[in-house]
Amino acid sequence: MKRKLVLIGNGMAGVRCIEEILKLDREAFEITIFGSEPHPNYNRILLSKVLQGDTRLDDITLNSWEWYERNGIRLFAGETVTEVDIKRRLVRTDRGRVVEYDELIFATGSNPFILPVPGADLPGVTAFRDIQDCERMIEYAKTYKKAAVIGGGLLGLEAARGLLHLGMDVDVIHIFDYLMERQLDPTASKLLQRELEKQGMNVLLRKETAELFGNGRVEGVRFKDGTSIAADLVVMAVGIRPNVDLARRSGIEVNRGIVVNDYLETSVPHIYAVGECAEHRGVVYGLVAPLYEQGKVLAEAICGRKGKPYEGSVVATQLKVSGVDVFSAGEFMDGEGTESIKLYDEARSVYKKVVVRQGKIVGAVLFGDTSEGRKLFDMIQRGDSVEALSLSLFAPAALGGKGSLAAAMADTDVVCGCNGVTKGAICQAIAEHGLKTVAEVRDYTNASRSCGGCKGLVAELLEHMLGEEANRYTVKETICGCTDLSREEVLEAIEQRRLMTVKEVMSVLGWKNEEGCSKCRPALNYYLGMLYPGEYDEEAESLFVNERLHANIQADGTYSVVPRIYGGVTTAEQLRNIADVAEKYNVPMIKITGGQRIDLLGVKKEDLPRIWADLGMPSGYAYAKALRTVKTCVGKQFCRFGTQDSTGLGIRMEQTFERLKTPHKVKMAVSACPRNCAESGIKDVGIVGVEGGWEIYVGGNGGTHLRAADLLCTVKTEDEVIEMTGAFLQYYRESAHYLERTSKWVERVGLEHIREVLFDVETRRALLERLHKALSATTDPWRDIVENERLQQLLFRDIGDKEPVSVE
Amino acid sequence: MKVEVGTLEQLPKRLGKCVRVGNRELALFRTGDDQVFAVENRCPHRGGDLSQGIVSGEFVFCPLHDWKICLKDGRVQAPDEGCVKTYRAAVKDGLVYVEL
Ligand SMILES: Cc1cc2nc3c(=O)[nH]c(=O)nc-3n(C[C@H](O)[C@H](O)[C@H](O)COP(=O)(O)OP(=O)(O)OC[C@H]3O[C@@H](n4cnc5c(N)ncnc54)[C@H](O)[C@@H]3O)c2cc1C
Ligand code: SF4
Ligand code: FES
Repeated sequence: MKRKLVLIGNGMAGVRCIEEILKLDREAFEITIFGSEPHPNYNRILLSKVLQGDTRLDDITLNSWEWYERNGIRLFAGETVTEVDIKRRLVRTDRGRVVEYDELIFATGSNPFILPVPGADLPGVTAFRDIQDCERMIEYAKTYKKAAVIGGGLLGLEAARGLLHLGMDVDVIHIFDYLMERQLDPTASKLLQRELEKQGMNVLLRKETAELFGNGRVEGVRFKDGTSIAADLVVMAVGIRPNVDLARRSGIEVNRGIVVNDYLETSVPHIYAVGECAEHRGVVYGLVAPLYEQGKVLAEAICGRKGKPYEGSVVATQLKVSGVDVFSAGEFMDGEGTESIKLYDEARSVYKKVVVRQGKIVGAVLFGDTSEGRKLFDMIQRGDSVEALSLSLFAPAALGGKGSLAAAMADTDVVCGCNGVTKGAICQAIAEHGLKTVAEVRDYTNASRSCGGCKGLVAELLEHMLGEEANRYTVKETICGCTDLSREEVLEAIEQRRLMTVKEVMSVLGWKNEEGCSKCRPALNYYLGMLYPGEYDEEAESLFVNERLHANIQADGTYSVVPRIYGGVTTAEQLRNIADVAEKYNVPMIKITGGQRIDLLGVKKEDLPRIWADLGMPSGYAYAKALRTVKTCVGKQFCRFGTQDSTGLGIRMEQTFERLKTPHKVKMAVSACPRNCAESGIKDVGIVGVEGGWEIYVGGNGGTHLRAADLLCTVKTEDEVIEMTGAFLQYYRESAHYLERTSKWVERVGLEHIREVLFDVETRRALLERLHKALSATTDPWRDIVENERLQQLLFRDIGDKEPVSVE
Repeated sequence: MKVEVGTLEQLPKRLGKCVRVGNRELALFRTGDDQVFAVENRCPHRGGDLSQGIVSGEFVFCPLHDWKICLKDGRVQAPDEGCVKTYRAAVKDGLVYVEL
């Protein structure tokens, strides 16, 4: 049964957390979301852009109605949760709805702070928080001329800029000596003020609001110093308060915000809080980057995969006002124990300051040129030392020219701060999915999905990537064009959701081709067989013809038959038998193969089952992705150099591992001395006898990509050879891509890694256990078909000849 | 000329069957969604036995070198080029007919 998850608050932090949960485990929860606002989740940050005219309201939806539906989420928009019963684990809403929960997340955000002055409730006074506020301002601007914004912080200035855009005269009223005092030092602030005034804002500093007055609707603002201004619209942007009433009423511990620990757990079990309503280590955050980090940690915890705890965030801010570039992060004020490095170019209105404490970069303010803000922010978060500062930061723009910042960034540098997306992640996505536009990058990585401040950088990266960089980033290897998933992702999903058939895998994992193709169908068939030995039945229609018919298709449409001859050792009786069969069925060619076996070539498909029956020998698997031959040399019985019984061991190995399916064909060999007559050095597993023991070589290949095998280890006994070879084969079965030969696989994962795995006694035992399980589930395919009339009919018999007679 | 080439029963889903009519060799297919197709049983590349290929939707992959061929119009899919002859097939009362 799915656990019931209820989210209160359909805002940015809460829904992001749900997205993270869906990424981790789509099936764990039955999710219900309540939101007071009548909209699906939208990007609150971009409200100021809407006012400023570069974006429309329709454009800021983050998750459409359809998204909720597609993910099976019940969304009650326009419905407020009014009560949480923590004893009975249920919530009630203002519409009388009652919903039970197993896990409950508070993401109620915050409320704008409204100054408790007379007249604050007059019509024409608004906060700046949601779509409704935004629409109200747009509406007002149509009829009224004069606006006053109370609050010269980030939000107030963005609102003021928007109102200017809407054609209003705007006064910005601020209680302090300078604007944005929480983010800027006086120098930067003065530059900012100058710029805003140039744009047409009227800034009033050191003004404390005493009352709002008006007859029926607001007409002006009066200050404590007795002065006043006229205003038809007053926007209050003086701060926010975490929205905690509901939590407090429900008996959850609340300080300024809902108190949470490093895993976002509140004082009540099964109740969590994320976003602006939460207080973590005494801090309430009001920017999305930290809230998204919280959401990720909470998602992991709630899915039962507690990973890294949330330990707080350093924040950076960037003002979204067109024509003004302001950035600030960390400790930006000069003070006790800090030194700072500054550049102040008054003529160009550029100011840069980096604050240093004990040799480490701890904060920065940038005005006029914020292009290196992100990079600085990363350095601050890492606590880099001053030496790491690049000179270019302080080079006058005119001298150095800009150069490509995108190129200069390291893969680990964060490009999108809101969503914590690194350059590496973006480049990878571009390479993997062949992205061509900023919008595509946003859709795949979330970069620039929130404040949009990094759009320029993303564009630069794109340009850069489409050029010379592209090759550096390896494209994720998907199984085939039918899916965007890699082998690892598919295997994980198969196991997690216990998918049992090829069809199920393709439909659950959203294959683009309903019935897959000649690449993925055989691959999935193999993976399922490997994961569920004995349980999974191969699907004939997903097999390449050779494996479906257990014989090799030849260029002319005939087949070839190779019976098993263990270790290349045969008897007169066997040879006579083979000769009889060859005669009876007019086999056009009998050939001794390179692998010490006998091949009957040119056999008709319909004859295959009868030939097998007459031979009465096991299948040699010459057609299969499985163990083929174990080639042996003469060995100590007859050879004057031989130190070991190579034929004996070869036969034993072939008998132990025969019928074992592998990602690709596997060839083995055993030589009794380093002269290597069995060519052990170019086999998937090659054994070489030495005085007192055996050397085990792996990853050799005599095919198109000739590769000498690597020495895996030297052992003393035959039993150890069998054990090591078994563990090696099983590990190859489990971790190689389908159709990856051991030579490629050894190179990809590394010999050292394979050694680590195989030499660990516990791991080896587990591998061998799984190997034996797989081996014990096999049967000889030739015999199975000989005994099964239905299979013969299905696979080997064609319709035959038909008279070319018209039926009409 | 419309010829009866077998029963629907003889055609398993997604596993081709070969039938000879006069001097023609046809590959018959019944797709996952129960449509029946007939094409010339020779891959335009090197004559592969198409009836033995892997069938996906309305396509067959040649067993010799994996060319992908559309059963509806016989076209070889890019990047390879070529065409196989297709025949109109129909099923009536459990019998399969092909228009030659
Ligand atoms: C104009 C503006 C510009 C901003 N610019 C930036 C910026 O540039 N960069 C940045 O990082 N951040 C910015 N922010 C801040 C950012 O938007 C917030 O930090 C973020 O939205 C908080 O997310 P949240 O989920 O905690 O709260 P919200 O997004 O506010 O979501 C909370 C939701 O819960 C709902 N709710 C509350 N109580 C209940 C209840 N009892 N039942 C049902 N629903 C309930 C509310 O209606 C609300 O929709 C800006 C904010 C504004 C207003
Ligand atoms: S490998 Fe050594 S032991 Fe084996 S046949 Fe050759 S020379 Fe003799
Ligand atoms: S013969 Fe069909 S692909 Fe080569």
